[in-house]
Amino acid sequence: MIDIKDLSIVFGSGRLRVEAVKGLDFHVEEGEAFGLVGESGSGKSTVLRAICGLAPIARGSISINGNKVTEPRGRQFYSTVQMVFQDPYGSLHPRQTIDRILSEPLSIHGQRDQDLRIVAALEEVGLGPAYRFRYPHQLSGGQRQRVAIARALILNPKIVLLDEPTSALDASVQAEILNLLERLRTERGLTYILVSHDLAVVTHLCRRLLVMRNGEMAELTDSSTLRRGQPASAYTRELIRATQGFARAKALSAVPRRICGKAADPLNSAEHMHSGGKNTRPRSP
Amino acid sequence: MTQRSLLEVEDLRVRFHLRTGLVEAVRGVSFKVGKERLGIVGESGSGKSQTARALLGLTPPPGEVLANRLTFDGIDLLAASRRTLRALRGGRMAMVMQDPKYSLNPVMTLGAQMVETYLAHTRAGIREAKEKALAMLEAVRLRDPERVFSLYPHEASGGMGQRAMIAMMLITDPDFLIADEPTSALDVTVQQEVLRILDALVDERGMGLIFISHDLRLVSSFCDRVLVMYGGKVMEELATGNLSDAQHPYTRGLMNCLPAISGSAHPLPTLERDPEWAR
Repeated sequence: MIDIKDLSIVFGSGRLRVEAVKGLDFHVEEGEAFGLVGESGSGKSTVLRAICGLAPIARGSISINGNKVTEPRGRQFYSTVQMVFQDPYGSLHPRQTIDRILSEPLSIHGQRDQDLRIVAALEEVGLGPAYRFRYPHQLSGGQRQRVAIARALILNPKIVLLDEPTSALDASVQAEILNLLERLRTERGLTYILVSHDLAVVTHLCRRLLVMRNGEMAELTDSSTLRRGQPASAYTRELIRATQGFARAKALSAVPRRICGKAADPLNSAEHMHSGGKNTRPRSP
Repeated sequence: MTQRSLLEVEDLRVRFHLRTGLVEAVRGVSFKVGKERLGIVGESGSGKSQTARALLGLTPPPGEVLANRLTFDGIDLLAASRRTLRALRGGRMAMVMQDPKYSLNPVMTLGAQMVETYLAHTRAGIREAKEKALAMLEAVRLRDPERVFSLYPHEASGGMGQRAMIAMMLITDPDFLIADEPTSALDVTVQQEVLRILDALVDERGMGLIFISHDLRLVSSFCDRVLVMYGGKVMEELATGNLSDAQHPYTRGLMNCLPAISGSAHPLPTLERDPEWAR
């Protein structure tokens, strides 16, 4: 359904030229949930933005259903592909009511029955009609993200691009939004591309996932491989370990020195400390 | 390992008198911290950051701080003069904030801010302050201290800025450090490194640390003790890393609703909040 071939994205020119994505290839099947994982600056969000025309494509191609995307994207494109952004505090217009926010895509696409569809869209994301005439600041973060999801789904798209949909939310609210996204996908047969820095979130929703690093593919893997703890690249292993919390001493050797700078062992770092410390006594066992 | 409590808090309350009524952000929190790592976990609005701010006297107006006892090394923080508080803050007690982008002065270089902190708390000359600042930047394992010293906050990456802030807070050799979500704005791999630095500093200096975070897994793996907060109250206290021993339904609920790489339920269990907890 989505075909990305040799995609490169470049910002700036000359001295300021940054190649954010370097020759990325992947394919997403219809009805699949595909994950993009990586740290900040790995280019994962930029790929999503390039798909919906928010970032320039320097080289390569993006095809949806076998058709290469046009520049600029047409109305047809946006009725197939919609996006949910990371920050529900920033992505909803603060001076528009939920009703106005949800009616805008319908008006742009000249669609009828706005009233019915807005109520239905709110219902679908678990918000009652009571929320319809409120402003975003009157809603909690989780409710706002539900509105953002309703806005993306109101045009009945086939593909939804999710850019860190839960990273601004509390753990308990994250669970609710993840459940909502999963239910909507099975009910409507949607195709998702989910971008997240949280490997656990991605493996929960997606079967196949791509680990990115510095704009390149680090590894194309699937959730069952990760579940068995057998990723191919050392970088992915490191990401997995980091999600399990802080590991004292024992894990230090498992972390590549490259990442730790010069000293990987805090116990040896006493020499780096300045000499005038007044309480430099070792911790009692 | 708790020898003597450095900080004693008994029945701490933080209230805001607002037009819409009285909002109690922290409602009767008590704990003692010695030279150890104490974690405070909670979701947004649980009062964890307000607790930390109250300890340093940084509650924003119109907030009001009440406590039966709030002492740091025998000094009553509620009765202390502004002058004493000013000397304590940044001197013997320091706080690392969440986001280096917002909590550093954007128009001063990182080095100038560090020197300023040092000069405010010691009778040292500029040269000594600068040497000390460079040594601290090296202690938090920044590769090129000289360069970082002359950078403005916007020129530093998130991890660099956060490490520089830790260095800045530790330059006065505090006995006590409060870290409010020090790693939430960082990538997971950088996060591990910042934690390792904090961990080493606590060990080497015998510093007391309060580590505040929303991430239960992270806190329980890093700290010696963990307080779980909800609705301005402490729900329960857990010992080192024994998350599986958690008794309170809130803590258990929080743990269960996190997806895990090793496989999680579909749909994820959600947290049912019991109004009884907040009573």
